[in-house]
Amino acid sequence: MPLIRPFGLPEFWIIVMAAQWTIALSAIAFAGGGIGGLLIALLRVSDAKWPRLIATAFIRVFQGTPLLMQLFLVFFGMNIIGLAINPWLAAAVALTLHASAFLGEIWRGCIEAVPPGQREAATALGIRYYNRMRYVVLPQASRIAVAPTVGFLVQLIKGTSLAAIIGFTELTRQGQIINNATFSPFMVFGTVAAIYFVLCWPLSVLARRMELKFSRATAR
Amino acid sequence: MYIFNFEPVFAGFDQLLLGAWLTIQLSCAAMVVGLIVSVLCAAGKTSGIAPLRFVIDVYIEVIRNTPFLVQIFFIFFGLPSLGLRLTPNSAALLALVVNFGAYGTEIIRAGIESIQKGQIEAGTALGLSKLQIFRYVVMKPALRTVYPALTSQFIYLMLTSSVVSAISADDLAAAGNNLQSQTFASFEVYIVVTFMYLVMSIGFSAVFSVIEKAAFKYPLSR
Repeated sequence: MPLIRPFGLPEFWIIVMAAQWTIALSAIAFAGGGIGGLLIALLRVSDAKWPRLIATAFIRVFQGTPLLMQLFLVFFGMNIIGLAINPWLAAAVALTLHASAFLGEIWRGCIEAVPPGQREAATALGIRYYNRMRYVVLPQASRIAVAPTVGFLVQLIKGTSLAAIIGFTELTRQGQIINNATFSPFMVFGTVAAIYFVLCWPLSVLARRMELKFSRATAR
Repeated sequence: MYIFNFEPVFAGFDQLLLGAWLTIQLSCAAMVVGLIVSVLCAAGKTSGIAPLRFVIDVYIEVIRNTPFLVQIFFIFFGLPSLGLRLTPNSAALLALVVNFGAYGTEIIRAGIESIQKGQIEAGTALGLSKLQIFRYVVMKPALRTVYPALTSQFIYLMLTSSVVSAISADDLAAAGNNLQSQTFASFEVYIVVTFMYLVMSIGFSAVFSVIEKAAFKYPLSR
């Protein structure tokens, strides 16, 4: 086998197949971030002072520092708490925390966008916190939340590319590896970019459509 | 039990400061040039010329739906095969400008579209030239409207700029990488670097709110 091989169909398919890891990582971070984000959002709108402060600080720190540094800190931090260095786990944990902060902030806005009268009416009817959130506030907030959440999913998918830097072989890292073997960066990174585009663009269009539909439905 | 050792980090703190300075320069330069690109593209998008609008739309969609890391790899590794060879720092600047331009265009376009038609007609009635109308009647109030969105986009740009360390530009994240490989105090180095980014983003928000008070205060002045 020659040292530098041409960029052909097999190389193309290797890159395409690596997209499954990008999708898997995005799915894990999105699911984990969904749970964490809901928790953060609820803490953020809570009546008690301390939970609100903690959630605000969490959001501030994650929105005020680069995702790359968050990845590095989790990656090297795992060593400190005695875990073996594992790019897969580090990327999943870091992206989950990152998504929790961003979704928490997005969903806080959605919860606050529900007219306060709804909450007051539920309280007046004697409905307690859990049921009030579960049956009155969150269902209404979730309708507002769909479009910006899909928009954030695009950001998250793009964010998973940084896992390549800590050595997790997803789409971007596979592109680097193939580029090292074929040395045709134009084709390789063009292909990688095209695959990201295929993953993200439909979601962007969907988010925009839903936003438009929602603003039309609520503008009266 | 892990023993934290911050001594080597602070011994090499001047390297980190130098990196932070480059990050600030890089982000500010990218924002200024990116804003010019954004205003031009937004003007092109709101103009009636269909092919121009299509080209700008493609640019925006491609940039917004691909990761910055791939964009910078494409520019740094891919463009030389077209004959455009760039140093890491200039490739970083180009990538940041191209990236910021796409997001900035959408923000400024939203601002321009918030200007009511009557304003422009009033400007025409007063005998202002097309350029004067664009500058005083459209751009100034439009920028005021989208100022908060632009500032948060700038902070996002500064945080994103850490990715340019992947092509070994000399920014703060790269300074962190170098210090890390010299000292092996990985966690300590990145904790300090992360904290420096946090300070920079809080600092820039403060600067922007001062600018907002100075530049966009009412009553309106020239």
